Amino acid sequence: MSLLSLETVQARLGKAVVLEGVSLSVAAGEVVALCGPNGAGKSSAIRAAVGLLTVTGGQVRLGGTQITDLSHRQRAERAAYLPQERRIAWNLPAIEVTALGAPFLSGAEALGRARAALNEMGAGHLADRGVAEMSGGERARVLLARALVVDAPLLLADEPIAGLDPDAQRLVLERLRARADGGAGVLVSLHDLTLAAAVADRVVVLDQGCVVADAAPMEALAPAVMREVFGLDGEWIEGPSGPLLAARRAQ
Amino acid sequence: MNRTVRLCLVLTGLMVAALALAVLAGETAFSIDQYAAAFSDPTSGPAEVLWQVRAPRAVCALVVGAALGLAGAVMQGLLRNPLADPGVLGVSATAALGAALAIVLGAAAVPGLVEVSALAGAALAGGLLITASRAMRAPEALILFGVALSSFAGAATALIFNLSPSPIASAEVMSWLLGSVQNRSWVDVAWVTPAVIVSGVFAALSGAGLRMLTLGDEGAAASGLNMGRLRVFALIAAALATGAAVAVAGVIGFVGLVAPHLVRAAVRGDAKRILAPSALAGGLMLIVADLLARLTPTDQELKLGVFTALIGAPLFALIAWRAAREWRL
Repeated sequence: MSLLSLETVQARLGKAVVLEGVSLSVAAGEVVALCGPNGAGKSSAIRAAVGLLTVTGGQVRLGGTQITDLSHRQRAERAAYLPQERRIAWNLPAIEVTALGAPFLSGAEALGRARAALNEMGAGHLADRGVAEMSGGERARVLLARALVVDAPLLLADEPIAGLDPDAQRLVLERLRARADGGAGVLVSLHDLTLAAAVADRVVVLDQGCVVADAAPMEALAPAVMREVFGLDGEWIEGPSGPLLAARRAQ
Repeated sequence: MNRTVRLCLVLTGLMVAALALAVLAGETAFSIDQYAAAFSDPTSGPAEVLWQVRAPRAVCALVVGAALGLAGAVMQGLLRNPLADPGVLGVSATAALGAALAIVLGAAAVPGLVEVSALAGAALAGGLLITASRAMRAPEALILFGVALSSFAGAATALIFNLSPSPIASAEVMSWLLGSVQNRSWVDVAWVTPAVIVSGVFAALSGAGLRMLTLGDEGAAASGLNMGRLRVFALIAAALATGAAVAVAGVIGFVGLVAPHLVRAAVRGDAKRILAPSALAGGLMLIVADLLARLTPTDQELKLGVFTALIGAPLFALIAWRAAREWRL
C-alpha cells in the first residue's frame, strides 16, 4: 500500500488550472523527486497531498485513506510537510520552533524529540539560539528538524534546498535519504536535476500541471524529456560519485 | 520558576504599586490625618474620594488596559504582524460607532445602553472579521479588510457628527472618541471585568494555535492545527476584549500595540506565553498613563486616549523602525 497516492488530481489556484489529472504515489522506503520548471505544479501537488490545496477532481489518499476523511491531527500524523516558505514570524529559540512540529505531544516529550531532531540535522548547537539571528542555511536545518520531529511515515518537502550552499544542500538531501532508508516515504520537489538523480529512487516530471514522466531518474530525465520540458540539450555523463548532467539551453 | 511566571509576578507587583499610588495621589492633596481617616472611617470625605472615585477609576484603567494588551497580543499573534493592534482590524472604530449612534439617538438617558451598543458594534465587527477570515486566508487580506472596516466605521461616525442635531450629543460623542476612565464607578468595573475574563478564556484556548502560527499558516495547518477554529476563537477574544474596553472607556489607542512589545523579548517571542504578560503590561501602562493624565496641571483634565496617543504614536514609529531593521519588513 502506498503512503501517498494522488489519483487523477485536478486543482485550481483562482481561475488557473494548476493540476490537470496528476497521478503519482510514494511507497515506504523510497525517495520520489518531483521535478519540473517553475509553474509546473510541483508545489501545488505537494500542497494537495497534505490537504492545503483543495482538489476539484480526483482523489488524494494518505496511507490508503481519503484525505477528506482524515482529521487535521490524523493528516499531520501521517504526513510531515516542509513548506518552501522559511519565514518564521517571531524570534523563538530553535528548540521551540522544532518542537512546534509535535503539538500533540506533552511539552517535555516534544522538547526531547526536538533536541534529537536538531542533533540529527547537525544543529544541536543552535538549540537555544533565536531563529532571527540565524543564516538561511541554519534556519533551513531547524525547519527540516521541525518536520522530522513527528516521525511521520511520509515526509513531503517543497524545494528544501533552494537558496542553500552546496554543503547544506547535500546535508538536507542526505537526511531525507536516511529517513527513507529507515522506512519512511519521501516526496521532495527539486530544481537541481543532478541532485534529484543522485538522491531519488524515482523522478516524477511535471509540466503545466501534467505528469510527463514517472520512472527511475535516468529514464524520467532522458534527453527527450529534458528538451521538451526544460528546454535543455543535455546528456548524463558518469561522474566520480554518480551521474552528472551536462546541458545547455536548447537552440 | 520559569521566566514567564517570574515576569508575570514582577508585572503584578508593579501593578499593585501603581494602583496604590493611583489611589493615594491626586489633584486633591490630603494630610496624614485625612489619609488616616480614609482608612479608618469609610463615611469620611477622604474615604469617599479614595475608595469611590480614585479606586474604581484606577481599577477601570487596569481592566481596560489589560483588555487592550491582551487583544493586541492576540491580534499580533494571529496576523503574525508586530504592528497589528485592536484598532487595525476596525473593532475599536466599529464599537465607537455603536456608542456614537446610541448617544445621538438619546440612549444615554438609559443606563448601560451606550455600553451595550458599543459591545454590539464590536460583536458586529468580530462577526464580519470571522466571516471574512473564512474567505480570505492570508493575514494581509484580513488586515486590509480590517482597515476598510475601520475607515468605514470612522466615516459613519463622522456622518453622525455631521448630521447630529444636538451640539450636546456631539460633544458627548467627541468625549467618547477621545477615551477616558474619568468618573467610572464600581458598577462599570463589575460588568467590564467578566467580559474581559471571558475574552481571556478564549485567548487562552487560542494560545497553542497562535504559537504554532509562528510557522506560517501552511506550516501550522500541516502540523495539525485547525486554522478555522483558531481564527474564530482568537477573533472572539480580541473583539470581546476590545469591545469591552471601548464600551467602558471609549477609544484608547496604542496600548494594544505597545504592551506586547514591552514583554516580547522577555518571553522570547512566544505567541502563547506573551498573552498574560501583555495583558498585565497593558493594565500597568494604563494605570500609569491615567495617573499622569490626572496629575498633569492643565485647566481641563487631559483625556486618557489623547494622552496614550501622544505617547504611543512616537513609540509606534520607533517600533516600526526597529522591526524594519530586525525583520527587513
